Amino acid sequence: MNIIVLIKQVPDTTDVKLDPKTGNLIREGIESIINPDDRHAIEAAVSLKAASGGKVTAISMGPPQTIDAISEAMGMGVDNAVLLTDMAFAGADTWATSFTLGKAIEKIGKYDLVICGRQAIDGDTAQIGPQVADYLDIPQVSYVCEIEEVKENSIVVRRRLEDGFERIECDMPAMLTVIGELNTPRYAHMAGLIDACNDKVHIKAWNSADLGVQANEVGLEGSLTHVIKTFAPKFQRQGEILEGDTKNAVSGLIGRLRENRLI
Amino acid sequence: MTVWIEVDLCNGCKRCIKACPYGAIELKDGKACILERCTSCGACLDVCKEKAIQTDAEPRTIPDFSDRKGVWVFAEQRDGTLSRVALELLGKAQDLAGTLNQKVSALLLGDQISNLSETLIGYGADNVYLAEHPGLKDYRTNAYTSVIEELVNQYRPNILLMGATHVGRDLAPRVSRRVGVGLTADCTELTIDPEEGILLQTRPAFGGNIMATIANRYSRPQMSTVRPGVMEVLEKPGNKGDVIKHEVELKEEDIGTKILEIVREEKKGVDITEAKVIIAGGRGVGDAGGFRALEELATLLGGEVAGTRIVVEEGLVPVENQVGQTGKSVRPELYIACGISGAIQHRAGMMNSRYIIAINKDSRAPIFQVADWGIVGDLNNMVPEMIEQLKDVVKGKE
Repeated sequence: MNIIVLIKQVPDTTDVKLDPKTGNLIREGIESIINPDDRHAIEAAVSLKAASGGKVTAISMGPPQTIDAISEAMGMGVDNAVLLTDMAFAGADTWATSFTLGKAIEKIGKYDLVICGRQAIDGDTAQIGPQVADYLDIPQVSYVCEIEEVKENSIVVRRRLEDGFERIECDMPAMLTVIGELNTPRYAHMAGLIDACNDKVHIKAWNSADLGVQANEVGLEGSLTHVIKTFAPKFQRQGEILEGDTKNAVSGLIGRLRENRLI
Repeated sequence: MTVWIEVDLCNGCKRCIKACPYGAIELKDGKACILERCTSCGACLDVCKEKAIQTDAEPRTIPDFSDRKGVWVFAEQRDGTLSRVALELLGKAQDLAGTLNQKVSALLLGDQISNLSETLIGYGADNVYLAEHPGLKDYRTNAYTSVIEELVNQYRPNILLMGATHVGRDLAPRVSRRVGVGLTADCTELTIDPEEGILLQTRPAFGGNIMATIANRYSRPQMSTVRPGVMEVLEKPGNKGDVIKHEVELKEEDIGTKILEIVREEKKGVDITEAKVIIAGGRGVGDAGGFRALEELATLLGGEVAGTRIVVEEGLVPVENQVGQTGKSVRPELYIACGISGAIQHRAGMMNSRYIIAINKDSRAPIFQVADWGIVGDLNNMVPEMIEQLKDVVKGKE
């Protein structure tokens, strides 16, 4: 079974802090990581390969330093990788990104499954998987929390719902977007990492010319949505601190709850 | 494309620094300077009054969309029950349609669900586009996408909103790609730009650390998903609406997915997005004993216990009761934050609560900035004292 995994390198947003004066993000010293959901996608792909043979190819779009994420994926057992890197790809929204990834998948050609994380922690949109699936005209299952069975031409998976799950049989080739519940990702083996560093043959870098796309179809110019403003979230309220010992502070609070008919 | 600064024109006003979503502009010697991490996103271009920021990108022409009319809401239903977020979106749609002087429509897909049309009209729909077919009984990506594609192409709406549920977040991106439009996920605020008349979509980014306002100038309908619990339901009693039936033809082989089984897992307690009172605990609550005290408080106030990501990860609170950026957004009447420092990711999920109370040992905890009332003190004393005093209040009422 040939599997393509889509991965993204993201800033570790759990580390992100705001500059208290300017309200801007402090980016210095923030580590770049493989997007957490995407690790589960890599794990799923590598385990499926172990069970049924075939090759796993990782694709990632990003600046040249995305090679770090790709090397780590190769350390986890990915066979081949494609880095989509070009200044023309920068500033892409999900429309332009799904187009670019779709083009790369078409160029790779034969595949049975495309697997990606449900969403990336820097954008949280969860749009890329379904949009790529629609571009490729293949069925999709998102929020996959268990892979039950791989059949000849279909795959049986569980899709997580808010209040339970669905068991779905999906024709292949198919797109799966996966969540953390699916598996426990393996660590990258040092040997695999070193191989990835030495063995450039299996890592390809493609730019817009390699994909045969025009500059106005990708990146910012190919995007349909645009950020027009950013600002620090405003949460401020009055914030009356109730003073006194435990008994008085609490009775002050209960009094305010009564005044506002909350109790 | 690249972006650069004409240094002679720059007056050092710093507007571009504020506008940059990537922190890629700095002031050097009183002039803006673009750093390596610039993604050429172009967010700085329009804010520069001096026209000192230049780009080699060709200006794009905005197509004429004056024929696109109507604010549409995808009325998600499961097992014949409307999702609450559909009604919340109709509330927002009434507001947007009022500003635009356009109509509100609901898209209702399913099997034998026409009885839900009345409810949708009662909550603000002027039209209900009704598509009924046995193949639409349970949500399936391709079947729903194809029907919505037909409706969009036939009736050409201006705006299309969907709930950011596990269904909406599967369907909306698929529809957006199919009908060739941009999509903004998980919006917390939707307004109409008074000059351009376009939809301004505001959403948290970078784990809730910044808010971004996004425009969708180049395609229609302007599509957004909105998380449940963010918008307000707005009943419209006596509203009259039309039900427009849409003929559905589905070929099973085009759909590609079969639902073998739907398993509903038993839920403990009420869905926190619908709770009137939430007692939320963070790391400061300590252990299971601390949460038992919160449970007792919740029972007295008729509320539910929720928690931050950390206590959920520690198994003290079930994951469906997690509040915050990676959990749920809630807007109860009363939110009591116990032992929660108030990381921005948590605040993002509870800032719409009507009243917020914070109890924390650390007077500098950011949670106090978002609270209406706060008590600086030890939870182990405060919570039992609240329970005692509330018991007296309850007794007094009897």
